[in-house]
Amino acid sequence: MRSVAQLKPGEKGIVNNFTNEYISLKLLEMGVLPGTEVEMKFAAPLGDPICIRVSGYDLSLRLEEAGTITLS
Amino acid sequence: MSNIPLNIALVGNPNAGKTSVFNLLTGMNQKVGNFPGVTMDKVSGTFREDGTTANVIDLPGTYSIYPRSMDERVVFDVLSDQNASDFPDKIIVIADASNLERNLLLFTEIQDLGLPTILALSMLDVANKNGLNIDLRALEEEFDTNVLTINGRSGEGIPELRKKLCEELPSSDRLFYDINLLSPEIIPVIKEKFGLENDYIAYQYAQQTYSKSFLTNEEKAFIADKKVEYNFCDRQFQTIETVERYKVIRDKLSRIVTKTNLKSTSTKNLKIDRILTHKIYGYLIFFSILFILFQSIFAWAEPFMDYIDFGFAKLSAWAKLYLPAGVLTDLIAEGIIPGLGGVVIFIPQIALLFCFISILEESGYMARVVFLMDKIMRKFGLNGKSVVPLISGVACAIPAIMAARNIESWKDRIITIFVTPFMSCSARLPVYAILIALVIPNEYVFGFISVQGMTLMALYLIGFLGAIFSAMLMKKILKVKEQSYFIMELPIYRWPKWKNVWITIFSKSKTFVFEAGKIILAISIILWVLASYGPGEEFAQAEQKIRLEHPDLELESPEFEDLLSAHKLEYSYAGLLGKSIEPVIRPLGYDWKIGIALITSFAAREVFVGTIATIYSVGSDAEDESTIKDKLRAEINPTTGQPMYSIALGVSLMLFYAFAMQCMSTLAVVYRETKSWKWPLLQLVYMSTVAYVFAFVAYQLLK
Repeated sequence: MRSVAQLKPGEKGIVNNFTNEYISLKLLEMGVLPGTEVEMKFAAPLGDPICIRVSGYDLSLRLEEAGTITLS
Repeated sequence: MSNIPLNIALVGNPNAGKTSVFNLLTGMNQKVGNFPGVTMDKVSGTFREDGTTANVIDLPGTYSIYPRSMDERVVFDVLSDQNASDFPDKIIVIADASNLERNLLLFTEIQDLGLPTILALSMLDVANKNGLNIDLRALEEEFDTNVLTINGRSGEGIPELRKKLCEELPSSDRLFYDINLLSPEIIPVIKEKFGLENDYIAYQYAQQTYSKSFLTNEEKAFIADKKVEYNFCDRQFQTIETVERYKVIRDKLSRIVTKTNLKSTSTKNLKIDRILTHKIYGYLIFFSILFILFQSIFAWAEPFMDYIDFGFAKLSAWAKLYLPAGVLTDLIAEGIIPGLGGVVIFIPQIALLFCFISILEESGYMARVVFLMDKIMRKFGLNGKSVVPLISGVACAIPAIMAARNIESWKDRIITIFVTPFMSCSARLPVYAILIALVIPNEYVFGFISVQGMTLMALYLIGFLGAIFSAMLMKKILKVKEQSYFIMELPIYRWPKWKNVWITIFSKSKTFVFEAGKIILAISIILWVLASYGPGEEFAQAEQKIRLEHPDLELESPEFEDLLSAHKLEYSYAGLLGKSIEPVIRPLGYDWKIGIALITSFAAREVFVGTIATIYSVGSDAEDESTIKDKLRAEINPTTGQPMYSIALGVSLMLFYAFAMQCMSTLAVVYRETKSWKWPLLQLVYMSTVAYVFAFVAYQLLK
């Protein structure tokens, strides 16, 4: 299944679920909810972390965390 | 209106403009205290309106009531401890209008605590620019609250907010999200046990049992038992609660917010980000900013530091001259005034450092630095957020260690705190300066690169490498199951608000003077006593002794006085201590004189220069560098017959000062921040060992 970590800059996806409960708690608070649209904006120079746009603001997270967000 | 002060708590997401509102509400009437039981700074301020005094507490920024970092724990603590003297009567939640959905999550959680709550919308201009139209009346009705708008830049809306706060506000008993749906059994039990009235507070007692500072261990055990009994699943409940809250918020917002076009600031931001996080320009800009920061800390602060130094020396001389002679005057003139001077002298550097840091933070750039550096820092067991403490460490480790608080991961935070003192702080600079001038030739490579300058740079680099490699080591040693993560908002770029910058500079300098100042002052007094008193005849009869040895010198002449104070220091308690550690430091090339300087350096490293000046009887008022240098240069090593201050000794000393933990204040701050003596003690042992080994190797190789 595709995750947010696999999105290319400019690509969008809809959040389906999370594979890590602990990290998902933080993500949920930040407005990353199942059914929400996320857009990959750009990555840091070394490819990690990345910046995504979600519910109207920019959120940065590591690829490791982005990999726990599955897309539908 | 009553005379009882009104307690108001200010809550909001990070970057929502909470600090601006706080500064606008209270102006300079702010003070920094401590939250009871936790080592957090409590920033509070007051204002008066219609004869009522209001006391405002600025709580740390948080995204939800569930704490992640040290900072965030305080929020629920303050909002739920009904017995505390400053338990809030009213709460203001600051919400960023351009990002309403996420900001309202915190608002609904706070509202459910049952206290009268006002929703203050900031950054409405940004929201409008983004094409968001917010129906304020509908917002008030849907969320059953009072809504006010505030412009953090112009201060519009602040008078209305003050007025509103003094009015009688209704508190709603209705829960935004009925928490009883999740755990109907445990809530009444906790409510009864703790005499609580609000369901959501009771529920949060169960969720946050262990981070609550005011519960006794027995009370915590009681809750823990009940949680098992009623099958309370923390994480599952939290997930359901958050999702349900968002569901209702989104539904309500669809009737409040209308969107037209969704571009402007977002595209402008992306353009800036393309440059500032570019793989070449991004780092180039970051290092240029660092360069300017270092330049300013050292070059711009210097004249001010010189004035302060001069001023305190004058004050000291004045005290000696005009106060009645005696022990008390000596203590004031030689212990307390120089001790105070040792604190005040750092204000220019600390003020400049925080000026830069707050501009970088206010503008949104700091978040990009963290973003840029995370991958690199992670390799060394650190976190992108460790960058700020490490940079600040160049001025002073004390504020730097306090800046590590917003690192959520315990392990990353401990490692950052542990390695930050390796960064060459400004107190090391005077020591480096005199040693470099003494042993490194004043020559130029290729005609323009100063060897002395290169040495100074190398010492800073060595400190940085010491920090990085120690972090790597700790990453290997510290085994924690805790999951480290990095999820951070990248705020939009904005012009810094100068009022906020000024207030940051002012309050940080004030905190430094009072917090670190107390310790530095105390140590200075102790050291003064150690250096001014001594056991036995040698000390008591110092005067006769000098007179016998130098019959040609006039009594009370400067030369006589200098010899006398040198002799006294040699036989004082400090001198005896220096001699007693001599066998240990001999392999590094040091004698008992340097030993005394090492001991006194514990108050603050730059004391080294003053102590050396006294030991070599340069005279206390002739602290100018050239005199000290000449004296030191003339010093002969009794065993080799060569100059004492050789390259070997100089390098050995420089390395020792680069690595050694010689700062009581830092140890005290590490204790305060980690709430355990384990870390400061480990730090002391580890850093001293590293310093010893490096100094030893350098001396033995270069000898």
